Amino acid sequence: MIANIPYLAVAGMIIIGLYTILFKKNLIKIVIGITILESGVNLFLITLGYRMGSIAPIFTGNTDGALMSYPVPQALTLTSIVIGVAVLALMLSLVIHIYRHHGSLHVSKIGGEDQ
Amino acid sequence: MSAIMDMLLAHAPALIIAVPLLGAFLTPLISRVSEKGRNIFAILIVGITALFVFLLASDVLANGTVTYVFGSTAETVRQSTVIRILFEVDALSIFMAIIGVILSFVAVFYSYAFMKENTGLDKYYTLLLLMTTGMLGMMLTGDLFNFFVFLEITSIASAALVAFWTNKVKAVEAGFKYIVISTIGALFFLFAIALLYGQYDALNMAKIAQSIGLSGFTFLDKIALVIFIAALAMKGGLAPMHMWIPDAYGRAPASISLLLVGATQASLYGLFRIVFTVYGDVLTLPSVSVGWILVLLGLVTMLVGVIMAIIQTDFKRLIGYAAVAELGYMALAVGTGLTIVATADPMITLESAPFAMKAINGGLFHIINDALDVGLLFLVAGAVYYATKETSLNKLGGLARNMKYTTVFFIIGLLAVAGLPPFNGFASKLLIYESTYQLNPILAIVAILSSILLLAIFVKVLHAVFLGPSLPQYKQVREVPKSMLVAMAVIAGLIIVFGLFPQVIVTQLIEPAANALVNNGAYLQWLTGGL
Repeated sequence: MIANIPYLAVAGMIIIGLYTILFKKNLIKIVIGITILESGVNLFLITLGYRMGSIAPIFTGNTDGALMSYPVPQALTLTSIVIGVAVLALMLSLVIHIYRHHGSLHVSKIGGEDQ
Repeated sequence: MSAIMDMLLAHAPALIIAVPLLGAFLTPLISRVSEKGRNIFAILIVGITALFVFLLASDVLANGTVTYVFGSTAETVRQSTVIRILFEVDALSIFMAIIGVILSFVAVFYSYAFMKENTGLDKYYTLLLLMTTGMLGMMLTGDLFNFFVFLEITSIASAALVAFWTNKVKAVEAGFKYIVISTIGALFFLFAIALLYGQYDALNMAKIAQSIGLSGFTFLDKIALVIFIAALAMKGGLAPMHMWIPDAYGRAPASISLLLVGATQASLYGLFRIVFTVYGDVLTLPSVSVGWILVLLGLVTMLVGVIMAIIQTDFKRLIGYAAVAELGYMALAVGTGLTIVATADPMITLESAPFAMKAINGGLFHIINDALDVGLLFLVAGAVYYATKETSLNKLGGLARNMKYTTVFFIIGLLAVAGLPPFNGFASKLLIYESTYQLNPILAIVAILSSILLLAIFVKVLHAVFLGPSLPQYKQVREVPKSMLVAMAVIAGLIIVFGLFPQVIVTQLIEPAANALVNNGAYLQWLTGGL
């Protein structure tokens, strides 16, 4: 049971992230929703690679043959975090431009396209 | 000399990615020395990449699939599977890469004059080359996580380019919309990868395909498949997830709209690759109806695209909706092929299911035709914008007097996109009509109806923009610079060549690609173990 808690957290974070993206009207909150969604996916990857009672997967430090967690999901997560930072920076810089022009971050105050 | 060529060929898959990536980050440095040098440098880099793509294409089409290993070539190290990235280039990948590199080359050539009056062009060229890198990477990679990374590189670079004209707030809004949609799609794509990785301890597409075939389609596989299709259809702009396409295509600089067509098709390629290759073994089960889902998505996309295009008043937005409709044809054709394949004999050959192969041939042929036709229309819209600084159809008029070459290119694009002979759109659309008719006549009727509407829409545009009385404010308009005309002429030339000799293209390029798509066994046999 205790081992399932991370998966529940993953589900919770993804649902919260999606809810925020879909229902919040403030651009910054939409960006926050995306980062929560991303953290949920990253947590899912990390959880997949963890084995109960394992240590960090460093070969040279593991002289007594202890159980190690899988290194690949951690590498994937690191890559995903780096990409996430780039996306976050780009989104925020676009939000700054939109705010400068409209003086507001609320979706209804920002003019959409005609159709 | 031959030794050097062999070495270049052996490393071509890596060089296709490395050259534009390195070029992207050298561009700002060269920009410090000379502005003109930078523009030529960008053209040169894309040209070299194109050479490598064509070199690799000649090898792949002659000798079959090429794999390129980043990392250890041994299967196991210390009794555990090695961690590495595999590029697997088959006829389909290289076909897509050819499209991507043609679009990229034309875009960079067109930019030479089109973007001349803008500042910040060092960033523009860096992002353009990065986008090319990401696009080509998506097409060549054989690793799911690697696909995700390239997907994100493409998304970030293209969103930044959509919002390149930051003084226009609509462009920034379109860029924001695009990055939000892409990121959500990509994150769910990663989630689906994690579902597969958790089960099969592999990221290599061939390895996962083999494992799915052995395990027999578990519940988690089904969830992952649904997420893959939804995420990639969203990135590929299939209705009802198409709403970002008109915004992004319509607001980006014209050269970027052209390249965005390629990026969208790379996502569509990913969709086909996952459906046919990764899930290839289980999709022929009679109970699975992914083919019909693609057919329905395609139908809705076509109808939404043309109906929304009718009421547009903005030149580029209208072409954006036409591009949506064109994407529907590909999904329709490939979905039809999949439906027939799934109900036919498991060993698919041209003899046992001719209409399946015809549908897939048509769908793949339409990918390159759509890239050229819609691309040409975007370039024409960009040329009109360059000359008049106006994109509204209500304000433009009578430009044929001053821009005769552009008008001719527009007419070529118009006839090609509407599927009239002797242009390339006719060749692929005829294949699609013939094959979808065999599955259900209604499909062919809707496809033909959409084509007719496209013709009507673009004839209206032709009249609104190029014909009619000359307007006083456009008296001084002159023909666009040579670099833009040459870029348009290259695409128009390809359209005519493909339209006059479709059989050559189909037998040389499309049929190998369609066979590579349908026979995932060929993709799997190159499996050399490891991750």
